[in-house]
Amino acid sequence: MRQSSPPISASPSPRYPRLWGFALVLLVAPSPASVSLDEKAATKDDPAASRVAFLAVYKVLSHPRCMNCHPAGDAPLQGEDSHPHAQNVKRGKDGAGKYALKCANCHQAKALPGENMPPGNPNWRLPSPEMPLVFQGKSPGALARQLKDPKQNGGKTLDQVLHHAAEDTLVLGCWNPGEGRAKPPLAHEEFVRELRTWIETGAHEPE
Amino acid sequence: MTEVVNLSRRGFLRAGALSGGGLILGVYLPTPGEAAEPPLAKPASFKPNAFLRIGSDNSVTVIVNHSEMGQGIYSGLAMIVAEELDADWTKVKVEAAPADPVYNHTMYGVQITGGSTSTISEWDRLRKAGATARAMLITAAAQAWKVAPGSCRANKSRVIHQESGIVLSYGELAEPASRLAPVRNVPLKDPANFTLIGTPVKRLDTPDKVTGAAVFGLDVTVPGMLVAVLARPPVFGGKAIRVNSAKALAVSGVRRVVEIDRGVAVVADGFWQARKGRAKLEIDWDLGDLSALDSHMQRDEYVELSRSPGAVARKQGDAEAALAASARVLESVLDLPYLAHAPMEPLNCVADVRPDGCDVWTGTQAQTLDHHAAALAAGLKPEQVKIHTTLLGGGFGRRAALDSHFVREAVLVSKAVKAPVKVIWTREDDLKGGYYRPAAHHVISAGLSEDGQITAWKHRIVCQSFIIGTPFEAAIVKDGVDETCVEGAADLPYEIPNILVDWKKAPSGVPVQWLRSVGHTHTAFVVETFLDELAHAAGKDPLELRRSLLAKHPRHLRVLDRAAQEFGWDKPLRDGRGRGLAVHQSFGSYVAHVVEISVSKTGKITVHRVVCAIDCGPIVNPDSIRAQMEGCIVFGLSTLHHEITFTDGRVKQRNFHDYPVLRMNETPEIEVHIVKSTDSMGGVGEPGVPPVAPAVANAVFNLTGKRIRRLPFRADDLKQA
Amino acid sequence: MITIRVNRKEYHVDVEPDTPLLWVIRETIGLTGTKFGCGVAQCGACTIHLDGEAARSCVTPVERAIGREIVTIEGLPDDLGRPLKDAWIALDVPQCGYCQSGQIMAAAVLLRENPNPTDEDVDDGMTGNICRCGTYPRIRRAIHLAAQAIAKGAAR
Repeated sequence: MRQSSPPISASPSPRYPRLWGFALVLLVAPSPASVSLDEKAATKDDPAASRVAFLAVYKVLSHPRCMNCHPAGDAPLQGEDSHPHAQNVKRGKDGAGKYALKCANCHQAKALPGENMPPGNPNWRLPSPEMPLVFQGKSPGALARQLKDPKQNGGKTLDQVLHHAAEDTLVLGCWNPGEGRAKPPLAHEEFVRELRTWIETGAHEPE
Repeated sequence: MTEVVNLSRRGFLRAGALSGGGLILGVYLPTPGEAAEPPLAKPASFKPNAFLRIGSDNSVTVIVNHSEMGQGIYSGLAMIVAEELDADWTKVKVEAAPADPVYNHTMYGVQITGGSTSTISEWDRLRKAGATARAMLITAAAQAWKVAPGSCRANKSRVIHQESGIVLSYGELAEPASRLAPVRNVPLKDPANFTLIGTPVKRLDTPDKVTGAAVFGLDVTVPGMLVAVLARPPVFGGKAIRVNSAKALAVSGVRRVVEIDRGVAVVADGFWQARKGRAKLEIDWDLGDLSALDSHMQRDEYVELSRSPGAVARKQGDAEAALAASARVLESVLDLPYLAHAPMEPLNCVADVRPDGCDVWTGTQAQTLDHHAAALAAGLKPEQVKIHTTLLGGGFGRRAALDSHFVREAVLVSKAVKAPVKVIWTREDDLKGGYYRPAAHHVISAGLSEDGQITAWKHRIVCQSFIIGTPFEAAIVKDGVDETCVEGAADLPYEIPNILVDWKKAPSGVPVQWLRSVGHTHTAFVVETFLDELAHAAGKDPLELRRSLLAKHPRHLRVLDRAAQEFGWDKPLRDGRGRGLAVHQSFGSYVAHVVEISVSKTGKITVHRVVCAIDCGPIVNPDSIRAQMEGCIVFGLSTLHHEITFTDGRVKQRNFHDYPVLRMNETPEIEVHIVKSTDSMGGVGEPGVPPVAPAVANAVFNLTGKRIRRLPFRADDLKQA
Repeated sequence: MITIRVNRKEYHVDVEPDTPLLWVIRETIGLTGTKFGCGVAQCGACTIHLDGEAARSCVTPVERAIGREIVTIEGLPDDLGRPLKDAWIALDVPQCGYCQSGQIMAAAVLLRENPNPTDEDVDDGMTGNICRCGTYPRIRRAIHLAAQAIAKGAAR
């Protein structure tokens, strides 16, 4: 069941204002407080609902907090304007940086308090070069296709994609970004719920 | 730059014994009323204000009165002494001089490092010191051997008797030599016989700088020392009106919170605790008069100021009339921002104020000013205050503070807490802490005749003065014009019949100060980009136009021709590349840069190559000159990228992420060519900076047809549509 | 009390666990070759090796270093340290010298992982370390020189 309610967290993004408004009306669900992942996904094919759910997911994936570590090139991005990471940081052979510029040299297990301090995560890195999982510059459709394709998504089933989004600390870190950085436009649990809805309703690709 | 009273040339060389054995050779300054000729008896009785010490262990210690901030002056000045002394370079050491009038700059009359003048200041004095010591050592050896001094020669810290080949080391001779009266009027070496000077000798300070052993101000620790950080007003000119320090004092390790005129100091056992404590301070500020300061509004104000004439810095012919009579008039309006020096070592100072004395340890460029300011702040006599100069982790003018603010802070806090205190500035404190290169607004116009000759040149500069109101005012401000605001513009070398350069003083408020190459940082940009514009308008090659206007300036011509030739100005560029050049004289040296650039679709400039030619006259260490030109070029390229701006009275920039400086991957290939020259000696620490940015701007025009009229460059200005 | 190992020696230090390693190394232990430049991991002056990686000590809470090997410029082993320092001296790289400890610590990781770096590799390894004096061209040359010296040493 869906109900309309006022926006919960972030303000509408300027890039897709119309879609955002539309998605809100349809998508903001009442709590259950968390998503149970153990529940067997009760698939009920609903292409329209699926596409709408993915557009909500897309809002998060294309937000700087998520996209900055899923760049089109070989360098991470940073900041609300997603500029290339200062210091010429590169992906490296395992996604964790190169030489003296490995991610963990600056990024600690958690975001450090204070202005302009590095955000953190115990496993801070980019996707590997073999499977770079690019978000930057991808249309919703292209990103949905990529998420579904085990050859591009890290060999994951959709259930595993959902688990990753729900539990991986790197994903969770986007909602604890450190001082002065915006959080993604949906709360984490809403994000997971929309992802789940997308999958359960057939993982249809918006275009 | 400017001649101030020359005190030290009234000094005399004196020699005396060093307690513990050895020779000490110093400069004796007669006190007022004393005979100009110093008495030669009692050689050991004078103050140990030496330039040179020779130990019985064969060591040669040169006491250097100029601060080592990276320019290599410790090694350069030691080379001058060692050359005339015929010292073994491997035995030469360097020590920082204390603050004392005998160590005053020979041109500026105070002990200060700046103006790219350290070598020029000491060239004569240290050659004499080295030569005199050498003559005394030879005399001592001759006396020991009972031979004529003329039959002995010195080589690599030894005196050799020519006929017999017997040898005594300087270490063995130091003690007997110290009992001699200084030899007068020792002839200096013929430069043709120099063996050290003019060669790429390795720097003395490098070994300690690659092991972490080198001691900078921040590395100083004294027993019982506490560490302080200050909460300074968020707006320049503000004052704390109410301070609640309870929460700060509750932070573990925080000892005291003290208010001084420049802010509120949190004094703790260590930096981290002090910084945590500072974050807990609750302060109500009276923001003062600048709380609405905004860079855009300030620019409007400068534009308004530029509409009426300023104090005349140069007037030749009648520029106004010639402009009115010109076939064609070009005008350019340019804006240059406030710039922070941002040396890698944030400012810091250790002070230990006691009832009967005060010691200060810091990396300073201005010992005399700091000495007096520290004495005043401590409530002590100058002779009770000692300044210990450490290595400087970069200076660029930031550490020659006209008001000695960073020293005063430490002295005042130490005095308040009755313990030695190290005040540390964070990077944020440094960037928002003022003492910037002044922002400048320029309006420049020129007239062209039908046949493309430049008939008139009119240049108006609007910027703040950091000299007016300081002890330097009498020497630097002439006829109402602060030379540091118009240098590089008023001395325009180009042969143009009618020239008018004037200066409008902008209101003070934002603390400003000299930054590496000072006024030339903005004037050269304006002059050299505008000349490029005129060349284009007249349909002339920028190199050829400059050559035609510099016929009476052979040193400009030499560096221009050399840089152009080494660059290959006559050869075609690769597709997608632009080239530009600029030439400029500052601090007595002449530098030309030719650059090759490209611009990406998004408007990002890549500088691929910089070819530099310099004529600085006689050379002490060619490798140091190369290093300084490389450094100047990197420093100049950084000015393409950063600025200090204000909103609501507050500085917007915080750290290197929003005040970017050049990094390894942005550094072009750099070639430095030193033009052989027997002309007068110039400096090298600064003259490489001014022509960098205009050369790049000219290259951008060459490639894109777009004129850069403001710094820093904005990618949006150059983005391809 | 926190126990850390610095340059193969154990230190017991009485500091808060969130204290940046930089200040523990400099103020508590007294090794001042590691420098403070920015405090926010922008400049690299504070670079040390933490289990061999070029960590920025100004943002590394001391608690992260517990049980790990910390190496500072003072303790950089000779296998990489000697050729790097020799090259730095041969080319008179430093000017003010303040950033050079960090530069050398960063260069050591570059050469360990890539004994024959190209100019692009030098950019990838060294762009995190700021030098305001502009010694970059010499750092680049010194890294190549050190790489050659190591290669010659290995070939002998």
